[in-house]
Amino acid sequence: MQPSQTPPHANLAGWLYVSPLVLVLVPFFVAPILVVLAASFFATDGFGGLTPDFTLASYIDVLHSALTLKLYLATIKFTVLTWIFTLIIGFFVAYFLVFHVRNQLLAIGLFLLCTVPFWTSNIIRMISWIPLLGKEGLINQALLAMGVIRQPLEVLLFSDLAVVIAYVHQLTIFMIVPIFNSMARIDKKLIEAAIDAGASRFDIMRLIVVPMCKSGIALGTIFVVSIVMGDFFVVKVMSGGGSASVVSAFYEDVGVLQYPTAAASAVLLTLVLVAIVSLILRTVDIRQEITR
Amino acid sequence: MKSDRGDIELAGVCKSFDGATYVVDGVNLRIADGAYCCFIGPSGCGKTTILRMIAGHEDPTAGEIVIGGQNVVGLAPVQRRTAMMFQSYALFPHLTVRDNIAFALRVRGMSKADRLRAADAMIEKVRLTQFADRLPAQLSGGQQQRVALARAAITEPRVLLLDEPLSALDEQLRVQMRQELRRMQRELGITFIHVTHTQLEAIALADLVVVMEQGKIKQAGAARDVYAHPHDRYVAEFMGGQNVLSGRVEKVNGASFTLGQAAPSGIEVSLQARPTVSIGDKVDIAVRRDDVALVRPGRELPPGCTTSLPSRVLAIEYQGYFVKVMLDTVPEDEFVAYVPEKTFFADPFTVGDVVMATWATGSALPLA
Repeated sequence: MQPSQTPPHANLAGWLYVSPLVLVLVPFFVAPILVVLAASFFATDGFGGLTPDFTLASYIDVLHSALTLKLYLATIKFTVLTWIFTLIIGFFVAYFLVFHVRNQLLAIGLFLLCTVPFWTSNIIRMISWIPLLGKEGLINQALLAMGVIRQPLEVLLFSDLAVVIAYVHQLTIFMIVPIFNSMARIDKKLIEAAIDAGASRFDIMRLIVVPMCKSGIALGTIFVVSIVMGDFFVVKVMSGGGSASVVSAFYEDVGVLQYPTAAASAVLLTLVLVAIVSLILRTVDIRQEITR
Repeated sequence: MKSDRGDIELAGVCKSFDGATYVVDGVNLRIADGAYCCFIGPSGCGKTTILRMIAGHEDPTAGEIVIGGQNVVGLAPVQRRTAMMFQSYALFPHLTVRDNIAFALRVRGMSKADRLRAADAMIEKVRLTQFADRLPAQLSGGQQQRVALARAAITEPRVLLLDEPLSALDEQLRVQMRQELRRMQRELGITFIHVTHTQLEAIALADLVVVMEQGKIKQAGAARDVYAHPHDRYVAEFMGGQNVLSGRVEKVNGASFTLGQAAPSGIEVSLQARPTVSIGDKVDIAVRRDDVALVRPGRELPPGCTTSLPSRVLAIEYQGYFVKVMLDTVPEDEFVAYVPEKTFFADPFTVGDVVMATWATGSALPLA
């Protein structure tokens, strides 16, 4: 049917269907973004006062600063490392749950077990690494006791390593869930058909399972990448202030009332994330995979 | 060196999933090399489990499976040189037709050029050349079935196992693909084992029909044997086309015996198939539906007919070349006559008419 032939009451019904989503998205998503976008072009008196204007000064500031590139590199390093580890761990946990746990009840139980760390707050989860990774922590004490090291390892806590560990700990579940979901939808008969054709376990994983959970991997990647790139808290706490990320920079800007610069940085980060996400979506046709 | 023969022997094969109930219960069977064998039975009779055990996807709890003289229990499907075509095909949805068919060659480490050449030859054999680059979801049911067949046949297995290969197709396509299966089997010259629950499919295709019930083989033999000479009531009823009647033996008389029934004269049955009956035995007999002739009361019976049972016509179904007439001849069982169309319409009956159902004495078959 041509759109022009749509009867008016059908149009009205269509609007009614989308209205709840519109009512949520406009005030809580579209409006804030527009405010930030507007603020990024405003002029500032340096003490928090904003004057409506259209100046690119904040963008020029941000883009000219050597710090920006450094922060992006640091953030991308955290993102890539976190992504690799969450992907490997998430994939194999999901694989184990789907293909090796025969009992479905047990699989669901183990799956819920993965969510246990989320029963407590982010801060507690981070603090709880201290007794393990700290200078007097379990790992250092064990290594000292075994005579592997003479001095406690400083690199374990308040370091980039600690940041990545905390991220992986927090975000692996975001990989497990979508990968588990797409893996669970793989017909077990396909695995049997592959075995029948003579495929080894590795062949099955490489040629059947991985290609068939591409959409799950892509979704998990989007979650992990956007969370890590949008975070500053874990970096701040786990690096002990030694490292910074893109967001921690504009958090500082906000702290010193440099709203337009912070807004410009935020817009820039949003654009970078949009670019990354669309790159992921270009490689994997999530929509097609989901409706399959 | 491994044998190329695809003859199969099942010796005392049992399978239990829970240790208490046997899904397959002591199956012995010999299938000749290059035979087309159909396992038939209601769902849950263990036919698919037997297939999966031959394929190597399930291990028997007890017994031996011998293919080409070699006990294959515990071997992987590749080592058995069997290939399975799965119910609803299990095609890899993310691979094109060509890649699906070449899959087995790929995991065997064949070079890309070689395997694609082999796959294309197979694609031509199943007449899918113009669909080679499509994904399975873009194919019709019949085309998917041919892809599944080609994928299974590409490794030149000595036994091809088909799990309800036609059940996902509509009636017309089913008949067409049935012929295609038979053609492929002849072309490949290998043993086909086909599991089905459709009687017509089994007798149309198979050299060897195996009728199963509750994990046991009820009868195995040539299609015609199983259809025309069922061993027992179960096989006769399952294969269809037979009226089964039961009664007690009243008279044994040289070459025949008489079965006491509602009819005043009893039913006379020849003795050739079952020589030992004595008076008082409870016996089931089968009479083919197309052997039953219907005669109006008072008319003379056709030659060779000694038994005639008065019946009322319950329903009439026109089937094209014959007419299916349902009768109330025996109170507890269905009794049906397949009357040739021309005979029927020469003197048509209507529902409620009283007729005499009769058949040549030699065509009543005593059952075990």
